[in-house]
Amino acid sequence: MSDTVLELASITKEWFGVPAVSDLTLTVPRGNVVGIIGENGAGKSTLMNVIGGVTPPTRGTMRLKGEPYAPGAPRDATRSGIAFIHQELNLFTNLSITDNIFITEYPRRFGMVDHRAAMTQTQALLDRLDIRHAPETMVEDLAPGERQLVEIAKALHRDADVIIFDEPTTSLTPRETARLFDVIERLREDGRSILYISHILSDVRRLCDKVAVLRDGRLVDEGAIGDFDIARMIRAMIGRELSSLFPDRSNLPSGQVMVQVDGISQPGVVADISFQIAAGEVLGLFGLMGAGRSELARILFGLDPAEKGSLSIDGREVRGAAMQRIRDGIAFVTENRRSEGLLMDAPISENISLATIGHIGRGPVGLLDREAEQALAEQARSDLSIRASDLTRQPVRALSGGNQQKVVIAKWLAASPKLFIIDEPTRGVDVGAKYEIYALVDRLAAEGNAVLFISSELEELIGMCDRIMVMNRGEITATFDPRETEPRFEREALLAAAFGEIVT
Amino acid sequence: MRRGYLDRAGTILLSDYFVLYLSLAYVAVLIPFLPVLSTPANLSNVLSNMWPLLVVAIGQTFVLTIAGIDLSQGSVAGLTSILIAILIATAAPEQVLGHTPVWGWLLSEAGGPLAGVSFGTWIGVGIVLAIAACIGFANGLAVAVLRMPAFMVTLVGLIALSAFAIWLTQSNNIRNLPDDFIALGKGTLVSLFFGEQYQAQLPRREVHAFVTWPMIVALSVAVAAHILLSHTVFGRRMMAIGLNREAAEISGVPVRRIIVMVFVISALCAAIGGLLYTGRLETGRPTLGGGNFLLDVIGATIIGGTSLFGGKAKILWTVWGVLFFVLLGNTLNLMNLSAFHIDMVKGGVILAAAFLDVSRQRLRRSRT
Repeated sequence: MSDTVLELASITKEWFGVPAVSDLTLTVPRGNVVGIIGENGAGKSTLMNVIGGVTPPTRGTMRLKGEPYAPGAPRDATRSGIAFIHQELNLFTNLSITDNIFITEYPRRFGMVDHRAAMTQTQALLDRLDIRHAPETMVEDLAPGERQLVEIAKALHRDADVIIFDEPTTSLTPRETARLFDVIERLREDGRSILYISHILSDVRRLCDKVAVLRDGRLVDEGAIGDFDIARMIRAMIGRELSSLFPDRSNLPSGQVMVQVDGISQPGVVADISFQIAAGEVLGLFGLMGAGRSELARILFGLDPAEKGSLSIDGREVRGAAMQRIRDGIAFVTENRRSEGLLMDAPISENISLATIGHIGRGPVGLLDREAEQALAEQARSDLSIRASDLTRQPVRALSGGNQQKVVIAKWLAASPKLFIIDEPTRGVDVGAKYEIYALVDRLAAEGNAVLFISSELEELIGMCDRIMVMNRGEITATFDPRETEPRFEREALLAAAFGEIVT
Repeated sequence: MRRGYLDRAGTILLSDYFVLYLSLAYVAVLIPFLPVLSTPANLSNVLSNMWPLLVVAIGQTFVLTIAGIDLSQGSVAGLTSILIAILIATAAPEQVLGHTPVWGWLLSEAGGPLAGVSFGTWIGVGIVLAIAACIGFANGLAVAVLRMPAFMVTLVGLIALSAFAIWLTQSNNIRNLPDDFIALGKGTLVSLFFGEQYQAQLPRREVHAFVTWPMIVALSVAVAAHILLSHTVFGRRMMAIGLNREAAEISGVPVRRIIVMVFVISALCAAIGGLLYTGRLETGRPTLGGGNFLLDVIGATIIGGTSLFGGKAKILWTVWGVLFFVLLGNTLNLMNLSAFHIDMVKGGVILAAAFLDVSRQRLRRSRT
């Protein structure tokens, strides 16, 4: 018999009369992992904020361990035994692991901080989680995955009954993810309850006992994981049937080599990278975090230097700074669209024209041709179906992740490039919009461009690419071409290459 | 209903003319207590105080747009003031300036090297503007290429350049500037007389200057700056750098070149402002941009609405900011407050403006 730890009864949260969560009833049994899924804006964060005491519900009640639970502030939630592990971790990187765990309440002895007791207790927590670092290690010296484990240690220290994870794996390597899952497994056996929010449905399937699907603030589907396959999850999330996760590729690569990369090396970053991309080809680049994928992309785009090697497009060598390379036909959709791809506070039209702004200058002083700019934005809107109300006034900040990504792509399309370097284009984008971005990638290839598709999601590379190249520690360890091998792509072989193990 | 009022208040707060309304309201409130405020003599004075400050503040607006700051403007103005005077003075007293490092080879009893040369004044102006441009270029290189913080680079510029300017004349002022130069600082094109004419000759002190050469210069600079900032590719690229330098660079904006040019523009504006002040004072003064000059420049720009965080600026805002700041100083003067009190009030107003900047940003985001 599994007793209930957390009970939500008819929770509604309205913002200025608009419900973000409406009439939601959910129970969380002890020792269960409950997956919470839904598209961006479905109400997941609002719901978590209600549980975490950040904002009170407009209507409805909660019970925690049988007692009425109505936190007035995040502090109350922590005291009642709810821990929240955010996407962006709340750690003091300039302090040690021990300090981070005890920051709110150090053990005392004779009125003084008892460092020894703090250290011993920390060591015990670290042992429980298999963290092989000394308690006095500075958090800044830890990898992202290890930092997250420190957050979990904090939650354990406070003896939290309910631990909420919000997209915990976005910045983790596969190895760190596997370790996190082990830890979650152990927490469950320990009798703690987990709320696990994620966009990665295969993880949810693997990890959770129960799934709750949110759409437009409502609980639209709920059930034991045994009854939930990924198709049902997607159907519930988007409210319609999605025939498949990936569009069919509409073309085959032409036989003609368009992009030629020869022996690019930069000590400590990448070594002797050579490859070719044909016109109309999507070449995948897979690797673990830190394998040098994004670093290679920055070198190809002229943002970072390379000691040796060359890049040519259609037989013409490309060199110089990013500005020059844009003119020579390279586009770079960066991994981090907020900090590197967009001017978040500028209107959509100004973002779309940024890379080609030189073309809409008129006369000797370069007067802006606003009509041309607007026409460009209008064309991009209809072409890529960007959902926006006012192109010249609405800042991109106000758009959803998927539409923001479309704005980045529109910016590059305006420069009519030949080589698209696309780095993690679907990160933080919900399922429906992912499909649209895949369709765009397909279109870029179908129009005869070369695409270098960098991703750490193996599924999307397998779904979209003509060939997949794997990097490990700055080197290309393997290239998989399904035209030569059957079956299409082998997951195990790809992963093995990424981990740098011998492939036979 | 309440929402309606708040909404309208928000719209006014976000309007391009907000600070103009503020200035007008401020004047309207004070006129009953300070009737002298609206006299032609005082208005003429307010206007003439505006122009040099406006030119310098326009330069600061450009630098703030790219999320930089230029603290060296005051010392550039001071250096400009003393250099132009050394070059074009028509006479110089030996007992005052004889012991300065420029005596003998640049400056003598007969004045500077360009004294009496035809178009000497304009050659001198060209030379000092070129020197200012070089200073701006050096600032820009340090910020753009060496990636040093603008605050540090220009703070050093502020200290070193003003010390250099003072050393050049051993803290003395240089007088005896040629008439054509003085006209640049206070020459009048249109003057107005108010009242009945009861004698053939109008008394000179009742004729008030309205359209002056500094006004023409300042407004020309403002119009050019407005076009550059809001209607050209260059301005758009500046905004992009201010909003997100990394994204701008990846989108092919020539970031370094633009930063260098912006610092050159800032130094040129400081120099033009310095020239206008010099002409008006009829004196080359090394400490021209000292004291709280910088407070006035940055204060007026921020009050106008240009964001300290970069990427949000309009020349029109700066015009109103300068107007408000000059009015503020003027009215506090008329109230017979001491210079200390005036600076205390100005400091408070700038703090309020910085707060306004933050709240406007929040309001704008909440409206999208």
